[in-house]
Amino acid sequence: MKSHVLSQLRSLEAESIHIMREVVAEMERPCLLFSGGKDSIVMLHLAVKAFAPARVPFPIMHVDTGLNFQTVLDCRDRWVERTGVQLVVASVQEGIDRGLVQEEPNGSRNRIQTPVLLEAVEKHGFDALFGGGRRDEEKARAKERVFSFRDDFGQWDPKNQRPEIWSLYNGRVHQGESIRVFPLSNWTELDIWAYLEAEEIDLPDLYLAKEREVVERGGMLFEVNGFTPLKEGETAEVRSTRYRTVGDANLTACVESAATTLHGVVEEVAAVRLTERGATRGDDKVSEAAMEDRKKEGYF
Amino acid sequence: MTTTLPEDTGTSETLNEVVSGDLLRFATAGSVDDGKSTLIGRLLFDSKSIFADQLESVEQVSKDRGNDYADLSLLTDGLRAEREQGITIDVAYRYFATPKRKFIIADTPGHTQYTRNMVTGASTADVALILVDARKGVVEQSRRHTFLATLLGVPHVVVCVNKMDLVDYDEQVFEQIRAEFTEFASRLRVPDLTFIPVSALVGDNVVTRSEKMPWFDGSPLLSHLERLHVASDRNLVDVRFPVQYVIRPQQTDARDYRGYAGTVASGVMKPGDRVLALPAGLETTIESIDTADGPVAEAYPPMSVTVRLADEIDISRGDMICRPNNAPTVTQDVDAQICWMDESASLVQGKKYAIKHTTRWARAMVKTISYRVDVNTLHRDEEATEIKLNEIARIKMRVTKPLFVDSYQANRQTGAFILVDEATNKTVAAGMIGGPAHQY
Repeated sequence: MKSHVLSQLRSLEAESIHIMREVVAEMERPCLLFSGGKDSIVMLHLAVKAFAPARVPFPIMHVDTGLNFQTVLDCRDRWVERTGVQLVVASVQEGIDRGLVQEEPNGSRNRIQTPVLLEAVEKHGFDALFGGGRRDEEKARAKERVFSFRDDFGQWDPKNQRPEIWSLYNGRVHQGESIRVFPLSNWTELDIWAYLEAEEIDLPDLYLAKEREVVERGGMLFEVNGFTPLKEGETAEVRSTRYRTVGDANLTACVESAATTLHGVVEEVAAVRLTERGATRGDDKVSEAAMEDRKKEGYF
Repeated sequence: MTTTLPEDTGTSETLNEVVSGDLLRFATAGSVDDGKSTLIGRLLFDSKSIFADQLESVEQVSKDRGNDYADLSLLTDGLRAEREQGITIDVAYRYFATPKRKFIIADTPGHTQYTRNMVTGASTADVALILVDARKGVVEQSRRHTFLATLLGVPHVVVCVNKMDLVDYDEQVFEQIRAEFTEFASRLRVPDLTFIPVSALVGDNVVTRSEKMPWFDGSPLLSHLERLHVASDRNLVDVRFPVQYVIRPQQTDARDYRGYAGTVASGVMKPGDRVLALPAGLETTIESIDTADGPVAEAYPPMSVTVRLADEIDISRGDMICRPNNAPTVTQDVDAQICWMDESASLVQGKKYAIKHTTRWARAMVKTISYRVDVNTLHRDEEATEIKLNEIARIKMRVTKPLFVDSYQANRQTGAFILVDEATNKTVAAGMIGGPAHQY
């Protein structure tokens, strides 16, 4: 007799597809936030699967910080080309030039991308934004709903979340309000990697290990390039590294790794002892409540 | 600090198993200080699911507070307000995996005002984990949580009698609690009830068997959860396919395609099966069950698929595909138990709400409040005229369109609904159709 039990990866995939279809069926104007990182790529891959053989019935939006790895942009363009999905770009640099936001002293554009994102959402009238957030990433995310309600300032109120019972999602909003939707809520980092491998998904090559010229700063390894040039007194060395997350190119560190294939990455992730944000994102280390504060302002 | 880093065991062999194992969802409930967060922290820690930087942060905070040991509850008490008050105020989801299974924990707060969170966490759970403080025994909250778990149809209940280290690992204490709990639970419908004596703080019977309780011959908590048979809990008999979305590509390469996308709520569907479409009431045959990876030979819960039918029938979102000789009840009158979840307004007779049942929205008017259930005593108050936050009641409603329902006890998908306030758009109630009719 057949067991009729879905494996955990297929269960997660089915749940994500269910969520995406629900949003498209109920919301006026959804949009998928696409950073070019692995989680947003998995989301787009799932969107393609959810609506096949039709095209993805909503646009993707890239909030362009201007601090991009070229390989990430190339990969984004390949996805757009292959899937025929509509791409919207919201530029942080343009927001700086117009005086909408100001550059932060530490060079991070993580925080100032929020007003740029919210402005674009308003301009296009998006009422549902798909984000690639996972609850295993960080404590504040562990409490977030799949359908996360935002007021007309795009703010999240952790004490005023809608109860989410069974898979009966409630996306009803008033004019100006919106929801953020997290189809990958129940995935872990390992699930993402295992899925990327199982589905042979096209990724930027910086996720795979190769020899990179790097410099060590505060326990983190930064590649020596135009965004993170060598400072005086530092010496570079060549090490085999890969990236675990993709953020601003001037702040994202890589880790030492021998994983030149996705399978190798899966094996390394299974054995790893640092959560991905803690290991390679300088911008989350500021305070223990850093993520909670940013989310309340409207950040993903 | 007595805690040390777990050793790596990430071999490629166990990895393949990790990813191919199935999924078990469990909800935890307990009183504010009976050690629930510590128990979860212990499960995450002993199953090597927490990471060096998370542990480092917990150790640092514990040290700053002058604690003698790493406070594992800090791993799960996420939001700042909770850390300040030392309580958990919302449902938090945690993940860990062993070579046998992936686990999703819905960690819900135990105190009175947050019953709605327990209902939320239990709604999708295969297992409810109930903590009882060995020194305090079965308290009001233990009863309430068990009642809510059975109300939400959670098929397995595991009672962890915690803090056994503080009662000298006394078998008598454990047996007394077990007897009292079993007596109480016999008035509810608990299909599978298990008791485990543990100390979350020290780690007894959580992941490894405790040498201090040789009198206990059951499994430690983790092995119990790993071995629990949940596949047979799912309804594979009654085919219910709520249509979620109609896929009709407006593209030259797939112009004639018309597929009904949805998630199989229950039953097993195969191409060639005769099916009935509701509310149209027309029969046809399943032509194909499509996925992006190609057609499949059968579809069962919780698969997300796209069904193509042999005949052109007018079917849209909110409709239901089932078998001709096994259809749900088509009705505009709903008799259900509800949990009220809104703090700003109560449920009153005569008020109208939006109702979402499977993929179908309609409007519903509350016709009768039959009774309110006291979740502590299970007493029915038939005089109740309004239902407030965290209260449970049985009500009768009239709905503007027919719904395709089963009793919640027979089907957790087609027996469930939510009510939404039409003015605020807030989800205000969780509803369970037709029951469960407890013997109390």
